[in-house]
Amino acid sequence: MEITELTVHELQDKLKKKEITLPEITKAYAKRIEEKEKDVQAFLTILAEDAEKQSTEIQQKVDKGEEIGSLAGIPIGIKDNICTKGIKTTCASKMLENFVSPYDATVMEKIKAEGMITLGKLNMDEFAMGASTEYSAFQKTRNPWNLNAVPGGSSGGSAAAVAADLVPWALGSDTGGSIRQPASFCGVVGLKPTYGLVSRYGLVAFASSLDQIGPITKDVEDCAMLLNVITGHDEKDTTSENREKVDYTKAIRNDVKGMRIGIPKEYFGEGIDKEVKEALEKAIQTYQELGATVEECSLDIANYALATYYIIACAEASSNLGRFDGIRYGYRTPNYNNLKELYRHSRSEGFGAEVKRRIILGTYVLSSGYYDAYYKKAQQVRTLVKKEFEEAFQKYDFLLTPTAPNVAFEIGTKSNNPLEMYLADICTVSVNIAGLPGISIPCGVNSKQMPIGMQLIGPKFSEETLLQAAYTFEQKIEFRKKYRPEFKK
Amino acid sequence: MKNNDYEIVMGLEVHAELSTKTKIFCSCPTEFGGEPNTHTCPICMAMPGTLPVLNEKVVEYAVKAGLATNCEIARDSKNDRKNYFYPDLPKSYQISQFDKPLCEHGYIEIETGEGEKKKIRLTRIHIEEDAGKLNHNEFGGGSLVDLNRAGVPLIEIVSEPDLRTTEEVDAYLKKLKSILEYIEVSDCKMQEGSFRADVNVSVRKKGEEKYGTRTEMKNMNSFRSIIRAIEYEADRQIDILEEGGTIEQETLRWDDVSGKTFSMRDKEDAQDYRYFPDPDLVAIRLSEEYIQAMKESLPELPESRKQRYIEEYGLSQKDSNLLTASKYLSNLFEEAEAICKSPKAVANWLLSDVSRILNEKELEPDAIPFTAEQLAKMIQLIEKGTISSAIGKKVITELFENPKDPEEIIKEKGWIQISDEGAIGEVVKKVLEANPQSIADYKAGKDKALGFLVGQAMKETKGKANPQMLNKMFLEELKK
Repeated sequence: MEITELTVHELQDKLKKKEITLPEITKAYAKRIEEKEKDVQAFLTILAEDAEKQSTEIQQKVDKGEEIGSLAGIPIGIKDNICTKGIKTTCASKMLENFVSPYDATVMEKIKAEGMITLGKLNMDEFAMGASTEYSAFQKTRNPWNLNAVPGGSSGGSAAAVAADLVPWALGSDTGGSIRQPASFCGVVGLKPTYGLVSRYGLVAFASSLDQIGPITKDVEDCAMLLNVITGHDEKDTTSENREKVDYTKAIRNDVKGMRIGIPKEYFGEGIDKEVKEALEKAIQTYQELGATVEECSLDIANYALATYYIIACAEASSNLGRFDGIRYGYRTPNYNNLKELYRHSRSEGFGAEVKRRIILGTYVLSSGYYDAYYKKAQQVRTLVKKEFEEAFQKYDFLLTPTAPNVAFEIGTKSNNPLEMYLADICTVSVNIAGLPGISIPCGVNSKQMPIGMQLIGPKFSEETLLQAAYTFEQKIEFRKKYRPEFKK
Repeated sequence: MKNNDYEIVMGLEVHAELSTKTKIFCSCPTEFGGEPNTHTCPICMAMPGTLPVLNEKVVEYAVKAGLATNCEIARDSKNDRKNYFYPDLPKSYQISQFDKPLCEHGYIEIETGEGEKKKIRLTRIHIEEDAGKLNHNEFGGGSLVDLNRAGVPLIEIVSEPDLRTTEEVDAYLKKLKSILEYIEVSDCKMQEGSFRADVNVSVRKKGEEKYGTRTEMKNMNSFRSIIRAIEYEADRQIDILEEGGTIEQETLRWDDVSGKTFSMRDKEDAQDYRYFPDPDLVAIRLSEEYIQAMKESLPELPESRKQRYIEEYGLSQKDSNLLTASKYLSNLFEEAEAICKSPKAVANWLLSDVSRILNEKELEPDAIPFTAEQLAKMIQLIEKGTISSAIGKKVITELFENPKDPEEIIKEKGWIQISDEGAIGEVVKKVLEANPQSIADYKAGKDKALGFLVGQAMKETKGKANPQMLNKMFLEELKK
């Protein structure tokens, strides 16, 4: 097996046994990137050379017998909306094409404290707005399973890079499904943590009340390991919860006996692809065989979640993106005669069409005269969504749904139809609306060998339950052993 | 006001910078001045990805201000975003409070011209962040942005339209300023912009119940310019109404040089701030215990201190008012009084000579350079007869220039009072010889002549002669 095919826990085993060295890992990734990046186009910044240097230094410490952390020298890919000191953070936007953050995001500090090495910054939809990574201002990332298909989005670069073995694991961000949906499209594991579990400090804000950073990994065990690194209260983010630290790897246990699973019927209705539905039904059966109890349930209000999501997310985005005004940093138009023109032209030229569409939408729903009908109403629905989930979790340990209504679609088929693109989020948004954790893991492939994702949704801070349930399923179906991305052209 | 048929109706929006050490949402210093953009960090410069964290001291100070102005304190409050574009506003939104301010329904009591008390109701007090500053045209044609002030905490104190005269406005502002100084939440320095007032003005015919259309005036940077601006604006509105016109509701900028108001923006640009709750900040919840603790921590306020001065020291209402208006002056009074035990003398010196010099130099009381001990000592020197009151005035002037022990001053300057009978007798003799007419006048029954003679003798001794002894000896001589 190639080094780049290994999960991080497998790498750790080999490192412990001294079968491989850290520089061998970074070299293997450098080589893999050189071979495959031209097909996948996942990176906006590649730091392979620097990574090799760093891994050599860490290896020297190991050879001298110095104590280092178990993740020291392990490479990682970072979505390009997470601020990295001294390295460009572009949000895949012309607006921030040359922006270098003067500080590290809290998650970056944590990753650096572990001694992990940043292998590069990964492509995404501009400012995380999109479901296919086609709205990147710089390049279209390809799905490693079929290079004519999208990797999903907005963390499409992160999911594609993990699936294509260009990085062992990666960080993404999820506002309405941006970790889970691309994970599903690329056949990898993606977790959107409970709102408040991971600090948002240094994540370029799209929608502050919905954004969370989370891991995208090859398997569930790696997911638990990376979650261990990034969680924890942060004084710099008052929305981050102050809770006792949990060791999520302890949840890596092969057992779902007695777990109660709810199947919300609304997620299996109209608009869900037939093969996706079939794969999910099989997954449900698998859980039953593993000893869990399964019951159909209803989440009525979920029908309104998508509309609610787009109102709240766009409202917050319209305000959050105001700072990109051409004054202090980022793109400034060369064509202006006065302040108004400076603003108007910088923002018109610096933002892409989808970002502008959402800013306009968000500005509209917050405008006087419309606020009550849209924003306020959406907040009321949000409360109802939360309530409905809470009620469901009185009866079930977690809910099981498809991650997306379809498998990865072909590049260019939805990018000109915003409404259809928005529907790609239909299974994932309510999780963000309610601030819940959700994990997507592969549950099979369709007739064209494209991966299908399954989503598990739990109550707040139930990551351990989700990881355990996901791990048990993963062990049973052995997806990674059976299917590999083929880079079909 | 030109036309007495009208009455002015005013409400004030006062912005006071809070004197917390650090900014409202980051740990940068709030200190005034500094090289441009040196009191900044990624947070107050609104770098992508940064988040605000509310400074608890800001809540504490605002709650104290609310309690000191008889407000109800909200147990449940929040921060909202006020969205607009301007280069001094780095996030393109100001974090403020919209529909759930920290404090509501308060009042401040002022004394009107006739010595009567009037309650001015406060609508609300809320917390918000200050914007940066634009420096125009310093380098070529452009503007430069200085974000040192961005994120300095403010409270906005909004009054009801309860003010009717410029005297009331003046009294209201002074009272508010003194309360904020007493509770030590703001420096209230108008010249540094830490105390700013916008005034809403409308006029109506006397007896009319309905309010007229109001305009909002900004950019007044002293109490004087506030009063001037109100007078100008009220006359402008009355002129329009008298000519059959209507007032437009608009925001006006006061220009202190021309003494006029100018419209700030046209109607097309009517701002829609798109307020909404800031999702980066959690709700502010205050417990009963917290509010109780804040109540107990409040120091004595000007109103109660004033009553105490009247009762304890026998000072007049007016003097007590003047002394307690400034916490600094009032503290100086109490400290000096504690040493020399002559409350009336201390009050007199502070309110006459010291206040006069402050006015001449355009200084606030906290700029008084001498200590309470030095002032008390000077008063004791007068009481002991070492110097006269006339010399006392000179000592005060000297204390402003070169504050030190008054005893040293009078020694150095040779200002010690002449109380030697022989020396005074000689002066008396000399003055009488030079002024035979006055002697004649006195003998003809004009008592004033005595005063003139004493005055001449003081002049002769450069104010150093003991006035009581002079009086006595002149009388003795004249009766001979």
